[in-house]
Amino acid sequence: MIELLTENIMLAALVSLVGLGVLFGGLLGYAAEKFKVESDPIVEQLDELLPQTQCGQCGFPGCKPYAQSIADGDAINKCPPGGQSTINAIAKLLDVAAPSLDEEHGEEEIRTVAFIREDECIGCTKCIQACPVDAILGAAKLMHTVIVRECTGCDLCVEPCPVDCIDMLPIEEDIEQWRWSIPKKQHYLIATSSSAVHETLT
Amino acid sequence: MVAGLSHYNKRMQEFAIILVSSILINNYVLVQFLGLCPFMGVSKKLESAIGMSAATTFVLTLTAMASYIVNELILMPLGLIYLRTIAFILVIAAVVQFTKMFIEKTSPLLYRVLGVFLPLITTNCAVLGVALQNANKDLNFMQSSLYGFGAGVGFSLVLIFFSAMRERLAAADIPQPFEGAAIAMITAGLMSLAFMGFSGLV
Repeated sequence: MIELLTENIMLAALVSLVGLGVLFGGLLGYAAEKFKVESDPIVEQLDELLPQTQCGQCGFPGCKPYAQSIADGDAINKCPPGGQSTINAIAKLLDVAAPSLDEEHGEEEIRTVAFIREDECIGCTKCIQACPVDAILGAAKLMHTVIVRECTGCDLCVEPCPVDCIDMLPIEEDIEQWRWSIPKKQHYLIATSSSAVHETLT
Repeated sequence: MVAGLSHYNKRMQEFAIILVSSILINNYVLVQFLGLCPFMGVSKKLESAIGMSAATTFVLTLTAMASYIVNELILMPLGLIYLRTIAFILVIAAVVQFTKMFIEKTSPLLYRVLGVFLPLITTNCAVLGVALQNANKDLNFMQSSLYGFGAGVGFSLVLIFFSAMRERLAAADIPQPFEGAAIAMITAGLMSLAFMGFSGLV
């Protein structure tokens, strides 16, 4: 066998490389079984659709747990920061009808950002502890301030402030935040299917 | 007894020289300019740099061993040395895929931090470079695996230093034309100059 291979170099090359490929393929196949990860891809997709404010207004400690809960069959309309557009996106992903936002969990507002009136801040660090995204800078007995880029506008810091020096300011639409709104999907109708026309229009 | 001890000492000395040589003198990134892609790509955050270093060191050591076995047992006896490159690439791809599965199973967080750079270890030139240089230098099994490990440690050392510097550079007051990639390139060049200074060490 070895002699045949050493004499016929073409055959040797073919056999050895194909053999290596098969060997590694087999090993990887075995490893894929052995190290299999049971992940729920739908949770990842849902988590990507959620706005990642980690505000907890849905009643869950963050966006990922809420995504997990939606995957387990929870209602999809509990996310005020995401608003109707997020609900629609999730409804499309899960192929269910899109309900309107559940008022219990808050209303959809224009995007805001927290602002600390720095003269009034006493440096109690309570808002820093409340902030889910670490967007507030400051130390004990020193003035705090908000990193605008990091702030998700969840207003969790407003409540704990003992001197009420935090305002939620609306973000003005400027060139960096402005987005095209996605146009509505057109229905392609065929003139003869009158029942379909009726369904899509109602 | 004395002869055995001196033999042992000699081997230890040899291993130390291999390690120093692969970590500092022939550093794969800064002296041989191999593996620059992850060096620039994953060095923005210290945390992900450490993860990437560990993964790359693991892959480098494993490929150095596996490619030695493939070279010595399959390619050399059959006279297929000209197939080294492609055979080694096969080995590397398999090892990287295995590492990916292993990390996905053991540390989902690290898996998410590394993201696309994990499969990109396949195209890290340092990995193929180590395998090919080992084969060219006719090292034995112990030496080549040690060389691979040293190359990995050298890569880690440089990557971690560089990412720590880049984290500071991100907060530093840099003239606008030099911000971002430009100052990173300059820093890498200066580091490379510093590492060239090791060239007379052994």
